[in-house]
Amino acid sequence: MNNWQNFSKGFFKENAVFVLLLGMCPTLGVTSSAINGMGMGLATTFVLIMSNLVISLVSSQIPDKVKIPSFIVIIASFVTMVDLVMAGFVPALHEQLGVFIPLIVVNCIVLGRAEAFASKNKIIPSIIDGAGMGLGFAMALTILGSVRELLGSGKVFGISIFNENYGMLVFVLAPGAFLALGYLIAIINRLRKA
Amino acid sequence: MAGKKESTFINMVLVLFIITLVASAALGGLYELTKEPIAAAKLAKKLKAIKEVVPAFDNNPSDEMSEVEMPSGDKLEFYPATMGGNLVGTAVKTFTTNGFSGYVWVMVGFLPDGTINNYSVLEHKETPGLGTKMANWFKPTDPAKQKSSIINKNPGTTKFIVSKDGGDIDAITAATISSRAFLDAVQKGYNEYMKTKTKEDTSHE
Amino acid sequence: MEYILIIISAIFVNNVVLAQFLGICPFLGVSKKISTAVGMTGAVTFVMILATIVTYLIQKFVLDAFGIGFMQTITFILIIAALVQLVEIILKKVSPPLYQALGVFLPLITTNCAILGVAIMTIQKDYNLLEAVVFSGATAIGFGLALVLFAGIREHLDLIDLPKGMKGTPAALIVAGLLAMAFMGFSGIV
Repeated sequence: MNNWQNFSKGFFKENAVFVLLLGMCPTLGVTSSAINGMGMGLATTFVLIMSNLVISLVSSQIPDKVKIPSFIVIIASFVTMVDLVMAGFVPALHEQLGVFIPLIVVNCIVLGRAEAFASKNKIIPSIIDGAGMGLGFAMALTILGSVRELLGSGKVFGISIFNENYGMLVFVLAPGAFLALGYLIAIINRLRKA
Repeated sequence: MAGKKESTFINMVLVLFIITLVASAALGGLYELTKEPIAAAKLAKKLKAIKEVVPAFDNNPSDEMSEVEMPSGDKLEFYPATMGGNLVGTAVKTFTTNGFSGYVWVMVGFLPDGTINNYSVLEHKETPGLGTKMANWFKPTDPAKQKSSIINKNPGTTKFIVSKDGGDIDAITAATISSRAFLDAVQKGYNEYMKTKTKEDTSHE
Repeated sequence: MEYILIIISAIFVNNVVLAQFLGICPFLGVSKKISTAVGMTGAVTFVMILATIVTYLIQKFVLDAFGIGFMQTITFILIIAALVQLVEIILKKVSPPLYQALGVFLPLITTNCAILGVAIMTIQKDYNLLEAVVFSGATAIGFGLALVLFAGIREHLDLIDLPKGMKGTPAALIVAGLLAMAFMGFSGIV
């Protein structure tokens, strides 16, 4: 597998959200607008790249039995860093994402990539893997956020597309998250079969 | 590298210890670095809300903040804004528990006589698209909608109750509960503000 | 009265799965049969209450006392991971039947974000210990309610003829959306 394939698999073939169905909690929880989805996606990407990098470096020194706890500590450290930095420099977004920032630590994608890829591969492929998976996740969240924002309030990234009185409220509320993601996955399933 | 480490007790404890140590040291360092920006961001947010609701001022209102505790244990906060030493207005951080789902926190700016200068909704969990309209509903720019406005009105002379209940303010379409709650918060802020004012006036004499 | 409000709010109004989007992975993963849904609920309830108590005490007496609140995420996730292991070991020794029933679900719980989410929210909401216990218990019941209802619907869903692309997860998500809509009817009662 060359670097390009390694990078691009996160976007289509093994997209975390649309294909593997991992990381569902933040996917549904923060995508009430495009910007929130993108912010969450990029925060997760940072954690993925950094934890993949560190884990690929140190995993040979970690005894098997404490592998998972060690990985969790490493991941949790980067999550806390993201949390602190966002609180200081993008407080509005930090407030919007709320409890879902510390919850990146239990996002199955991050621990999954650490265990399945970074612990068995060299540093460069691990970084590429993390970046591909992370950006694929960010892309999925941005798409879902855009769809919900457009249908729910007629805007995308805060820019009005439809008339200002337009809006199917349900899409920015909780049920809309499930509905929008359900139909998106159905469409993607159909496209992949074709 | 000498290959895979054995899972002996010493190895396991050592590895976990080192990882946790490095992690805590890194986080401790970063915490010190981000402490100031985080505090600054919080202050900036508060000042922005205050600036929005009172006339121009040249002091730091959050230094002169005072609090009043309500029976529920929640606190109302008063931020006096002064220009050249004269009081130009007071931003009152007030709340209500009558919202559609929980607390609504509002910053209301009162002129010294109790007239409302402006307001800004700080925090709420009302229904998006309905209750959330309160952010702009009560300060309409359209002159035809002045009945829904609270700007330049004084809760002492205008009845701050939705018109449906016999008051003087038009409620948000399809969100009467949120509107009632909002007006309740403003009224509460006004009552407490006037109380502190009369207390101050008498203490001056 | 306060406790009743916390309970109603956590079970119905702010249902952990359908309104807060925590614990979605087990919600979609182990909801194909009612019996597994019930088992998962049991395991989650047990760990959630236990984890909330322990993390609460650690927060108050260690993190707050030493002013190292920024270590919250690391500490909490490690405590939860350790607790899950501990519960597994103890159950195996003390009550084999219970272990039989819950055992397979326990390893999945470490990465159940509802557990960590509830532990963090308890601190954010500034509850006292008793409120924290009530809140976590009610949240677990809310999780169970959503899970069992969902599993009941999904058992029938398999029998329905759906368009190809909709089969499986998309249909499940849309059902979850409808269920979330039903739960929205509860908003406004507290």
